[in-house]
Amino acid sequence: MATHRIRVTVNGIAHEAEVEPRLLFVHFLRDVLRLTGTHIGCDTTHCGACTVLLDGRPIKSCTLFAVQADGRDVLTVEGLEQNGQLHPIQEGFWQEHGLQCGFCTPGMLMTSYALLQHNTAPTEEEIRWAISGNLCRCTGYVNIVKAVQYAAGKIRQGDAA
Amino acid sequence: MIPPQFAYFAPTTLHEALTLLRHYGSEAKLLSGGQSLIPLMKLRLATPAYLIDINRIPGLDSLHERNGFLCIGALTREADLEQAPLVRTHYPIVYDTARVIGDPLVRNLATIGGNLAHADPANDHPATLLALEAEIVATGLDGERIIPAADFFTDFFTTVLHPDEILTEVRIPAPAAASGGAYVKLERKVGDFAIVGVAAQTTIDAAGICIRAGIGLTNVGPTPLKAHQAETFLQGQRLDQDSITQAAQLAAQAARPEADLRGSIAYKRDMVRVLTTRALTRALERATGHVT
Repeated sequence: MATHRIRVTVNGIAHEAEVEPRLLFVHFLRDVLRLTGTHIGCDTTHCGACTVLLDGRPIKSCTLFAVQADGRDVLTVEGLEQNGQLHPIQEGFWQEHGLQCGFCTPGMLMTSYALLQHNTAPTEEEIRWAISGNLCRCTGYVNIVKAVQYAAGKIRQGDAA
Repeated sequence: MIPPQFAYFAPTTLHEALTLLRHYGSEAKLLSGGQSLIPLMKLRLATPAYLIDINRIPGLDSLHERNGFLCIGALTREADLEQAPLVRTHYPIVYDTARVIGDPLVRNLATIGGNLAHADPANDHPATLLALEAEIVATGLDGERIIPAADFFTDFFTTVLHPDEILTEVRIPAPAAASGGAYVKLERKVGDFAIVGVAAQTTIDAAGICIRAGIGLTNVGPTPLKAHQAETFLQGQRLDQDSITQAAQLAAQAARPEADLRGSIAYKRDMVRVLTTRALTRALERATGHVT
């Protein structure tokens, strides 16, 4: 079966690879680029553990073929930290104990990051609505919401400073 | 889960896509948002030999009003429908529908064209388009066909689309003055299929008499259903609690649900009654300007 050459920018770095059409984007990230921060959870488009940003929008990378990402810009959990500094959303999950087992965390971070890009003062309802496609089987939603609120506060402070 | 092998094409014009589709026929599948197709391929329930990705065709995702219609390009993402001020303000029933499809992540990729062409009776747009008496545009190499939504769905996962046609646009008639609509969905959790969904669209005159009513039902039959008797009953009636109650009972009778893990036949039928009541009540509130 013919392969396809794709070029994808991931966390600001341009990558080029030869891929089979059936290769799922999450496998491309984990197995080809060795970026294993993005998790495979349910593998059935339910849980959101594999969430990454595709041209700025959070999507489930288990439900996208790598060939579809050709020419696109992608952000994964590895791209949140900048110059050794945690992003406010990462800091929020740390401070507010927004994770227990940590499996859903990369997806939760990416979805919350996307929310905060266009809403730096989300209500609890807006946060819960935004993360309604991300499942936490530890059911740690209360602290996840607090973590996002913490990050929102940090971002607002940063904007004001 | 890994799908079986397939050959992949990413045409950049509609003509190119249609030519591929004519060549490969029913061995090919179109890939739009992929949020139903890719899971089916991973489960190997769908095993297309050729995948034609239409996402790189420019212009298929336009959203605008033209000649008295809201024209929605087939590649329009559910998230874009949900966020478009034009939809929110003038077509709130479409907003209601888009925002309960899948989950927010799925809606960033899922498209209205895919939702319709896939023809899963549990999908949400079909009932709304039935209530709105919308039109679906199918494009082939020989030209366009305009298909009323009521004629589009023929059976479980089956539409009148020919194997070499692409669903390119949805046209929703701009509502007359004093119109209102709503879509109400009952689901166990975000992202699950509807247990039942009901779309209702109404127009009333100055005296509060219903001039027009459209009612569509989700996931209570092999296809999305139009509740004809309930619609006919409402025409000429004063739209109030009494007439809504009677129409809801007629809609429940029109339902043909099957028992499954989401509920018994009796339960689902009764939920059609409850949800029709809610959808019509909200439609009336919107028609009279009480809510947006």
